[in-house]
Amino acid sequence: MSMHDAIAAFVHDGETVVIEGFTHLIGFAAGHEIIRQGRRDLTLARLTPDLLSDQMIAAGCVRTLIFSWAGNPGAGSLHAFRRAVEGGTLAIEEYSHFGMVMRFAAGAAQLPFGVLRDYMGTDLPVVNPAIRTVTCPYTGERLATVPALRPDVTVIHAQRADADGNAQIWGLVGVQKEAAFAARRVIVVVEELVDSAVIRADPNRTIVPGMIVDAVVVEPWGAHPSYAQGYYDRDNAFYVGWESISRDPAALDAYLDQYVYGVPDRAAYLAAQPGLTDRLRAGARVAAGVNYGY
Amino acid sequence: MATNVATDVAGTAAGYTPGEMMAVTASRELRDGEVVFVGIGLPNLACNLARATHAPHLVLVYESGAIGAVPERLPVSIGDPALVTGALMVSSMADVFQCLLQNGRIEVGFLGAAQVDRYANLNTTVIGAYDHPRVRLPGSGGAAEIAIHARRTIVVATLGIRSFPAAVDFVTSPGHRYRGTDRRALGMPGAGPVKVITDRGVLEPDAESGELVLTTLYPGVEVETVRASVGWPLVAREPLACAAAPTATELDLLRRTLDPEKLHLRA
Repeated sequence: MSMHDAIAAFVHDGETVVIEGFTHLIGFAAGHEIIRQGRRDLTLARLTPDLLSDQMIAAGCVRTLIFSWAGNPGAGSLHAFRRAVEGGTLAIEEYSHFGMVMRFAAGAAQLPFGVLRDYMGTDLPVVNPAIRTVTCPYTGERLATVPALRPDVTVIHAQRADADGNAQIWGLVGVQKEAAFAARRVIVVVEELVDSAVIRADPNRTIVPGMIVDAVVVEPWGAHPSYAQGYYDRDNAFYVGWESISRDPAALDAYLDQYVYGVPDRAAYLAAQPGLTDRLRAGARVAAGVNYGY
Repeated sequence: MATNVATDVAGTAAGYTPGEMMAVTASRELRDGEVVFVGIGLPNLACNLARATHAPHLVLVYESGAIGAVPERLPVSIGDPALVTGALMVSSMADVFQCLLQNGRIEVGFLGAAQVDRYANLNTTVIGAYDHPRVRLPGSGGAAEIAIHARRTIVVATLGIRSFPAAVDFVTSPGHRYRGTDRRALGMPGAGPVKVITDRGVLEPDAESGELVLTTLYPGVEVETVRASVGWPLVAREPLACAAAPTATELDLLRRTLDPEKLHLRA
């Protein structure tokens, strides 16, 4: 399925949308298509809103942000996010990473809440009434709870999948598995479409099984300026450069005009940046296979 | 910060910057073989410096899931692909927080903050009121649970009257006392911040009250300089220790190998 068709079919105004990936495999191509199609009033949920979230906020797609760390890792701030929060135009619901992880895990397990030993002595429960406590029925200990998160749609970017969406990830796996199982619909975006025999030859590497996948989109370099281990490096220069782009609303609009609205798809996005793929293509550090025989 | 006293004294006269002194002092807090939860920025640099000097068997754990990372380049972020290549294990974030952190397997947690208060509570959330912040900061990330669960935490922060107030605007990560209650009474498993490493000296909590007191000065720094940079009447614990200046080896590693582009050690 094309990215255009997948977003048109499975992402709707007003829904709760998750595009996960912890630094690694962030679904920029999917997010850009959501911007192009003019989705509105989304609740965007993600541990680490980064540049893509900043772009989606600037483009007017987001009503509410659910998150645990919003910044430009190693490089600075998300200024569209900051303008929106400091100006009171974006609703936020804030946790810590552990809390967000347990929200997804509870959603994936179809439990009403997640439980964790956390938040005592912090102000997070003061500003977020969804962070509560429960008394352990076995020990009497008071533990923190967070409500299950059940996104309408989760987008996962993976290195490879077969046509049924059996998706394999290596390198940092973040919370992608939990975020996918928690969702009502799942879009898998991959660098490479492979034969099912490739998946079956190494089943331990499969993070998301095709049975929960609604759409498979093949989009090489679809995570840029994030990275795909073994395919391309993170575009750190772009992350550093984002600080000055996002600080200036006019520069941010100009960026969106040129690289999001101004291109029809990811292939055109890449064509507009000659030299990019040569600069970032990954070197080889290949793992030896293992024997699955019996 | 280019004009602060430490720069004048330690930087110009002795040939190193306050940032370098912080990184070196932080790295010396780590013992070989320890399991360290590594944060972004200066903590990242300090851990990789320790690994390159006195603690080659340090086990670096990143909240991104890289365990036993041996990065061949200084990671720009805590999700850098170089943390995966050659690591002992890559685990999901659910496993990092449940099986490692909550399980009590993390011996040292490293944290930075925009504000540090009298009881070492840390703020990385907002400056000003939460609903109408003057400055919106990134938030907790994993810092809240690191501060709760790591067996001990080390805080790295630059001194200043605004960054060391008597009470932080928002408690993101708990220190030793929250609204009058001791952290042990609140049920936190870890010991909390045992050292706050600044650009001019080191603060440590008083064993009884949990209040941060000055215990170590850097070469050439006066007590009054530190005292003027915090928002409470700072007690200096006698006898004050004086931290050793960076060695040539440490400076060479920082400048040539670990941070040649000055990503973390901006002049």
